[in-house]
Amino acid sequence: MTPDAGTLTPPAPSPSDVPARFRTCPTTGLKVFREADALIKAHAVVATVALLIGGVAALGVLLTRWQTVHLLDAVWFYRILTVHGMNMLIFFIIFFEMAVLYFAAGPLLNSRVAAPKVGWGAFALMVAGMGLVEWTMWTGRADVLFTSYVPLRADPSYYLGIILFAVGALVTVGLFFATLVVAKREKTYEGSVPLVVFGAITAAIIAVITLLHGAAIYIPTYLWSMGLMNVDPQVYRLVWWGLGHSSQQINVAAMVAIWYLLGALTVGAVVLNEKISRTAFVLYILFISMASAHHLLVDPGFGPAWKVWNTSYFMYMAVLASMLHGFTVPAGVELGQRLRGATQGLFGWLRKAPWGDPGFSSLAFSVVVFGFVGGITGVTFGTEQINIIAHNTLRIPGHFHATVVSGTAMAFMGVTYYVIPLVFRKQVAFYPLARIQPYLFSIGMLVFSMAMTFAGTFGVPRRHWDVTFAGAPFTFEYSSATDLIIGVMALGGLVAAVGGGIYILVTVWSVFFGKPIPEGEASEAALAGKVPPGVYRKPWLELPAEADAAERLEQRGFAGPVPGTMILVFVFLAAFVTYYFTNWKLLSFIWQVG
Amino acid sequence: MHTTGMTSPRGVWWKPAHRSEKVWFAIAFAWCMVLFAMMPLWHLKGGQNPTGIRHRVEPADYRARVNEFIAEYQVGDEAGVPVVEPPPGSDVYLVGMMWQWRPILRLQAGAEYTLHLSSVDVNHGFNLYPFNVNFQVVPGYDYGLEVTPTEAGEFHIVCNEFCGVGHHLMVGRVIVYDGPATATAEGTQAAPDGSGDDLITAGGAR
Repeated sequence: MTPDAGTLTPPAPSPSDVPARFRTCPTTGLKVFREADALIKAHAVVATVALLIGGVAALGVLLTRWQTVHLLDAVWFYRILTVHGMNMLIFFIIFFEMAVLYFAAGPLLNSRVAAPKVGWGAFALMVAGMGLVEWTMWTGRADVLFTSYVPLRADPSYYLGIILFAVGALVTVGLFFATLVVAKREKTYEGSVPLVVFGAITAAIIAVITLLHGAAIYIPTYLWSMGLMNVDPQVYRLVWWGLGHSSQQINVAAMVAIWYLLGALTVGAVVLNEKISRTAFVLYILFISMASAHHLLVDPGFGPAWKVWNTSYFMYMAVLASMLHGFTVPAGVELGQRLRGATQGLFGWLRKAPWGDPGFSSLAFSVVVFGFVGGITGVTFGTEQINIIAHNTLRIPGHFHATVVSGTAMAFMGVTYYVIPLVFRKQVAFYPLARIQPYLFSIGMLVFSMAMTFAGTFGVPRRHWDVTFAGAPFTFEYSSATDLIIGVMALGGLVAAVGGGIYILVTVWSVFFGKPIPEGEASEAALAGKVPPGVYRKPWLELPAEADAAERLEQRGFAGPVPGTMILVFVFLAAFVTYYFTNWKLLSFIWQVG
Repeated sequence: MHTTGMTSPRGVWWKPAHRSEKVWFAIAFAWCMVLFAMMPLWHLKGGQNPTGIRHRVEPADYRARVNEFIAEYQVGDEAGVPVVEPPPGSDVYLVGMMWQWRPILRLQAGAEYTLHLSSVDVNHGFNLYPFNVNFQVVPGYDYGLEVTPTEAGEFHIVCNEFCGVGHHLMVGRVIVYDGPATATAEGTQAAPDGSGDDLITAGGAR
């Protein structure tokens, strides 16, 4: 029962009654936990491979859209764009999320994995599906882009590969639920599951909804591709986006769970109120699958009542959820910092934050860019009428690179720097590079996605090989401003690619060739400069007692103990209101349409 | 007792929220209601809504209807694409196909038309430059939008839904001429090549 410094500590209310870091079960010993570690590792490794493939493809896409370089020909551009979308949005993200589920139900709950062999079987299925999809894409059998809108047709093996992958993922999600039952039954934790696990459960439930939509569309499409049945193009778009958009909501839920986790790991952020944060997660589950409508707002198949109701996620209740998390996450960091004595002024808690800790800088960038760029643009473009001036222009990828890349991927990268020492028990290789990685990646992606959004405002289409229209019967030139904007976009993208490259280098090197964490007490002296500081400072274990806390905290009007966060969210709201109504104004300038 | 997100809360966690959280919840909720109200409000008061007249249509039937429309109102031909000038208030049929928008339209500024959009093969995307008006064009569905061009000028239609390797070649044209007075006076309303001083050209096609 001696604490093992290298393993992740289960949550404990105070240092005095810290239980064993891992339950050393006399019958199974540590073997069971190694299974969880091995599963996490396997999923994380394949996720990183997908990230590498998708990243190389991203460079191909970027250097082609940047008309000055225009690297690829039309055939390879669309092929590589398909590769980029599938690897990033499906393989990288979902493999990583499966690793998060194993992490949430295993180390975080201190539990063994239920039926690890089934987990390996599901993993093999996912890898096989991915392999099949990669093969069809790279050999030109599936030049249909990520969305594969019927009646564009790919080789049947492409759809089959996705189905195999989805079945594997579904089994893994089922295993996660089974592990929760095991943990509960074996009493590996007391009380309710921690908030981070609650968020992971949210992601898992949304994953089930998503994967069922995937089955509902890819199985008929697979049959259609072999000439066995018909698939209506509009119905395809409806059901496919039940997969396509809902899968982004798995990302959101998983990302928010990681926000709470990173807050705890890096600065010992506290949860202001479990009720508020958990209710916000439940709102995601209830309303998120309506988001398919975001892609169908200017489609002929649906009426205005359906569009308004669904695009708003039941009167914006899922947006409300995100706005709540956008408050409680920074407020938890602020309160955590203030409880530890960072009480100076409104923003002393931010000044004293560990900005050199890649986990913390990732968290900060992820929250800010996801909210300010991704969230605001998403709600605005997802407004029924405003979608007329946004649909299928570069504004859309501008939006989702701010959410899924700057938000989700950045948070996932940040937590990796803690997973390496805590789960894999390795030092973080090239740690100085890891420290600057979130800055390069986030600032690059921020410039990239904002420039993309601006270019889209001029009408520049997404998914387009040549916006000079060489060879077309009629041509015209976009406003010369767009050339400059696309140049800026390329610059941002290249900086982000360097950040992405550093991430891959650091994680692969650490996991396979990294130095192990020294056994025994992992002190600051032994680990400083080799792992993120939270690993040895363990701020999540050192919560000040309630009595001390009350003395330290100054209550400031309705902002209570978190005045800094209250100011930040009002800045956010001001930006939101401004952008939203500016777009209504822009809309009013175009042709009358009804 | 404070907990982190990694800590299991003991006992009942359904407790009253911080005042700060209640305030933010109330503000966020109110803003969500504004977001929701704006859409129905714009249907009542605004000039741009993606409602349209929506029907299923067989691609072959739609192709026939477009050909009928072209035969009725054709005034010229450009790069092999017919130029069509329908009277104000009429139904206008535009088809997207690999990789062409057909026909070229001449419309009168300030007049209302019902612009029908459909495809005879795969999905296409209607994107009007420079006004950035976007609609999805789905095979099997006729999307009839009531449009009123606001000012004269030369417009292009770009395809913004991937439709195969020739996607980038798919550029169409719309010419919007000034009101009937000008056009009739110069007698160029039916000019087959679409030229005339009544046209304010905004693009470089000519």
